[in-house]
Amino acid sequence: MLHIFCPHCGELRSEEEFHAAGQAHIARPLDPNACTDEEWGDYLFFRDNPRGLHHELWLHAAGCRKYFNATRHTISYEILETYKIGEKPSVTEAGGSEKKPVAKGVTA
Amino acid sequence: MTAVNVYKQRPDKIEGQSPLHHAGLAELVGKGKSGAGVHLREKKLLGHLTLRGDAKDPAFAGGVHKALGVELPVALTLVANGSLSLQWLAPDEWLLIVPRGEEFATEKRLREALGNELHYAVVNVSGGQTLLELSGPKVREMLMKSTSYDVHPSNFPVGKAVGTHFAKTQLVIRHTAEETWELVVRRSFADYIWLWLQDASAEFGLAIEA
Repeated sequence: MLHIFCPHCGELRSEEEFHAAGQAHIARPLDPNACTDEEWGDYLFFRDNPRGLHHELWLHAAGCRKYFNATRHTISYEILETYKIGEKPSVTEAGGSEKKPVAKGVTA
Repeated sequence: MTAVNVYKQRPDKIEGQSPLHHAGLAELVGKGKSGAGVHLREKKLLGHLTLRGDAKDPAFAGGVHKALGVELPVALTLVANGSLSLQWLAPDEWLLIVPRGEEFATEKRLREALGNELHYAVVNVSGGQTLLELSGPKVREMLMKSTSYDVHPSNFPVGKAVGTHFAKTQLVIRHTAEETWELVVRRSFADYIWLWLQDASAEFGLAIEA
């Protein structure tokens, strides 16, 4: 069982309180009418399936019932950080892969 | 006041029934073994109001303070002012519990203090949930059997309130005094939780209080 840090509640909570809600940082096109079918299809249906770091949307379903983002390693399932909606991840594939201390939301 | 249709949702003439009406708690008072480790009391038919707004907006926080006399609590905490309690549920959501019959007056007071311009919500959810008070020396052990959340005083001091998993369902646990805890239970789960509490408390002895 993992302990996941909820950035709204500000503490580590049991994994069973959370639901994963897919890939994070998917921006809705500002003008959907101007999209080609391909662009709109990509927006609606196509998601990344990386081997490695993945930025995901999670829901603290049993607690504060708010969404937040998590950076998870898809091989080890290690959650490297969690952060609020609207914030940028500090751990990315490109760089800055500095691991955050345990209190910031890593597996227990 | 806002243009929202605000009206008294509980008529004075109709007797309300708590979600545990069928359990007949009043008839169980004083029965069972003496020296029970868990005492259960339903604080029934209180006024529950859900309050939503932007805590960072001084107009909202100030209006709530003006209407209720308490500051908006920060994450995972609960504040009380006499018989009124205000609990953090989410970054933009609080649960306000007032004595029976005061919910409409409280809602009007809040709406007057918060004015027309602000973006906020006050919803009377009294019919949707009930409050169970558990007290006694064995309550913490009973909670430990029921939830995966750490209820040790070092992690769960008095004045803390969390929404979490409890007995495979979800509810809010509030720590109100050294040996006193409260559960905010949804109406549809009240019977299940009542049955669970009876079973979980059996080894410590359960006493029902009026």
